[in-house]
Amino acid sequence: MAEQMSDDDERQQSPPSDLDFTSNKARTCIVTGSVSGHTEFQSLYPDQVLENVLENVLHFLTSRRDRNSASLVCKSWYRVEALTRSELFIGNCYAVSPARATARFTRVRALHLKGRPRFADFNLMPPDWGAHFNPWVLAFAKACPWLEKVYLKRMSVTDDDLATLAESFLGFKELVLVCCDGFGTSGLAIFISKCRQLKVLDLIESEVSDDETDWISCFPEGESHLESLIFDCVECPINFEALERLVARSPSLKKLRLNRYVSIGQLYRLMVQAPQLTHLGTGSFSPSEVAGQGDQEPDYVTTFAACKSLVCLSGFREIIPDYLPAIYPICANLTSLNFSYANITAEQLKPIISNCHKLQVFWVLDSICDEGLKAVAATCKELRELRVFPVDAREDSDGPVSEVGFQAISEGCRKLQSILYFCQRMTNAAVIAMSRNCPDLVVFRLCIMGRHRPDHVTGEPMDDGFGAIVMNCKKLTRLAVSGLLTDKAFDYIGRYGKLVRTLSVAFAGDSDMALKYVLEGCPQLQKLEIRDSPFGDAALCSGLHHYYNMRFLWMSSCRLTHQGCQQIARAMPRLVVEVIRSADEEEVYDRVQTLYMYRSLEGPRNDAPKFVTIL
Amino acid sequence: MENSVAYEKATELRLGLPGIDEPAVLSSVKNNKRPLHDEKSGENGKSAQNETAPPSKAQIVGWPPVQSYRKNNFQQAKKSESECGGIYVKVSMDGAPYLRKIDLKVYKGYPELLQVLENMFKFTIGEYSEREGYKGSDYEPTYEDKDGDWMLVGDVPWEMFITSCKRLRIMKGSEARGLSCSGV
Repeated sequence: MAEQMSDDDERQQSPPSDLDFTSNKARTCIVTGSVSGHTEFQSLYPDQVLENVLENVLHFLTSRRDRNSASLVCKSWYRVEALTRSELFIGNCYAVSPARATARFTRVRALHLKGRPRFADFNLMPPDWGAHFNPWVLAFAKACPWLEKVYLKRMSVTDDDLATLAESFLGFKELVLVCCDGFGTSGLAIFISKCRQLKVLDLIESEVSDDETDWISCFPEGESHLESLIFDCVECPINFEALERLVARSPSLKKLRLNRYVSIGQLYRLMVQAPQLTHLGTGSFSPSEVAGQGDQEPDYVTTFAACKSLVCLSGFREIIPDYLPAIYPICANLTSLNFSYANITAEQLKPIISNCHKLQVFWVLDSICDEGLKAVAATCKELRELRVFPVDAREDSDGPVSEVGFQAISEGCRKLQSILYFCQRMTNAAVIAMSRNCPDLVVFRLCIMGRHRPDHVTGEPMDDGFGAIVMNCKKLTRLAVSGLLTDKAFDYIGRYGKLVRTLSVAFAGDSDMALKYVLEGCPQLQKLEIRDSPFGDAALCSGLHHYYNMRFLWMSSCRLTHQGCQQIARAMPRLVVEVIRSADEEEVYDRVQTLYMYRSLEGPRNDAPKFVTIL
Repeated sequence: MENSVAYEKATELRLGLPGIDEPAVLSSVKNNKRPLHDEKSGENGKSAQNETAPPSKAQIVGWPPVQSYRKNNFQQAKKSESECGGIYVKVSMDGAPYLRKIDLKVYKGYPELLQVLENMFKFTIGEYSEREGYKGSDYEPTYEDKDGDWMLVGDVPWEMFITSCKRLRIMKGSEARGLSCSGV
């Protein structure tokens, strides 16, 4: 679960990993001094040997970054690398066209595509903006029929696309859809029924429309190869009997995450069939309404205890806390626990967490309060990743967690690498403390929910806190800031955040200087998303030297004008500059509501909807 | 102080339909907030600063940055869809492989609804007349009402329709014709 839960899966640095094609940089081959071509095959025996050796060696190269580097050595290496690349990662589906990708990489087995920008998750962009999987699946169906794995994030996938996937790729094994939409249960049904070799079907945080199709029943009869089935985001009832039969005939099943339509009684029945599970999403974790009065409660504790390999637990979508003791037997083995849908108190958490000595990843709601966080800090010494979500996600709600719990975590969990923390109150002191206690931090995302909120003890801006984070956490690559912030905070980021690749800014800064500091100071910056901050055209221009090194820049409700964006578009031909209007926006003077720009080899896309203007 | 503000608002003379509030002011009312610079970039193009904003703040789009499926999980009582404002009904069409869902509250009347259905399923609906139903095409839009009866879309006033419609079905062929002859 760790690899799916953690957002920042990028470990690659320059050369840019989503824009692999820099053919104009390839030099002629060093060995022979001549340009490699098809005719060379007969003539130069040493070259042929070299290429065979190269091919064998390059097969072992798995890291994207290493492969990108290898492809730049010379044309021969470029060609061989392209032939041996089996996993293709494209961080922005509009940076390169399907045709170009399939022309270069002909033997790809796994395709990893990302589409919409992240701020689209928060309704900051009208739907139907783009990121369609369709042209990709069609191109690959023709050119790369041995494709086995597809991993999509924030893309629109239709039922027809799912059908094409299943029909065009005979050996297809793994489909992972994260934050995707555009399809429904009928599409799933078709996909499943035709995919005879399916091992992995993971639907994560995706929107699946309810076409009232019994897709679970569509798995082919007989023993299944299924290793992972994740559908906790699917918001419709499922045919439980069919699921039970499926689980019973899937001896390789290791990961199973149920949706909230599966009751705890049904969960029990499934667990009895599959004690070999390593990852379990429990579904609702409450009894169904039809449970009779005199029905015997199954022995949940023994069943959980029998799952000796269980390391990753999630679900609890409609939890009745009385059932929590069932999981006591497995707490000691857990490395990952997701309680982010479980509205439980500190008291209810304590008996569980006090046994979770091996826990590395913990997602939870702020209902556990500072007290619950202290309990986490007391036990979970191996914690690497913590996410605390708000039960009441409004600006002016009561905040059950504060700097108190935050500081306790920093003191107890010294190995922390990644934190996402929603709160209503925070102090610079606590943030500074974390910067010192947790030097391994790679991801620091603090969301003080009230806009422009200062340190609630001193009344000061939060500049010093975030400054300490970039100064002391030398491995930091991802940062999200909040609270009252002046230009000074951004000065710190530009000065010390030398490894920062992803930066998220909202309601912060005083002037253009803030953005300048960042664009001029952060050489590794790849993804910059900004909303509602007072940055204008001058600031935008200060990044011209860097935009080709970035995956994208998002700026909404800032102070950009059409002329300013037009200037950028003219200065940088390989940049696609999109101006996006919200559906019900009137144009405010000449203001640009949303700017989304990204480097691309293909120029303006041809599938832009009406509310997008490409400059 | 607050009472007089409310009184003023109530007796204020202005153009506009009754019952429509002024656009909510989007600034923070926390008194430790520093004065904003000239921030015209607030949501919907309205200016954002106003230190005397009404006590209840309008919620900003996309803030705090929590995805909607997380937000929706914790309503106190499980809200039905209609409480949330939308009237969602399933739409099926004979011969089409997929069901769809639409929100009837979004549309202002029959013409808009029919247009949307035509676009959604890529077909044309004939012309409606009270006596003869839909003429000029093989398809007729029908709906199941609260009593379980199948009715022709358009037979009752729009307001009555959206409160009584449980699901829509676009019927094809002779079955459809049978309905239209049944009269009101």
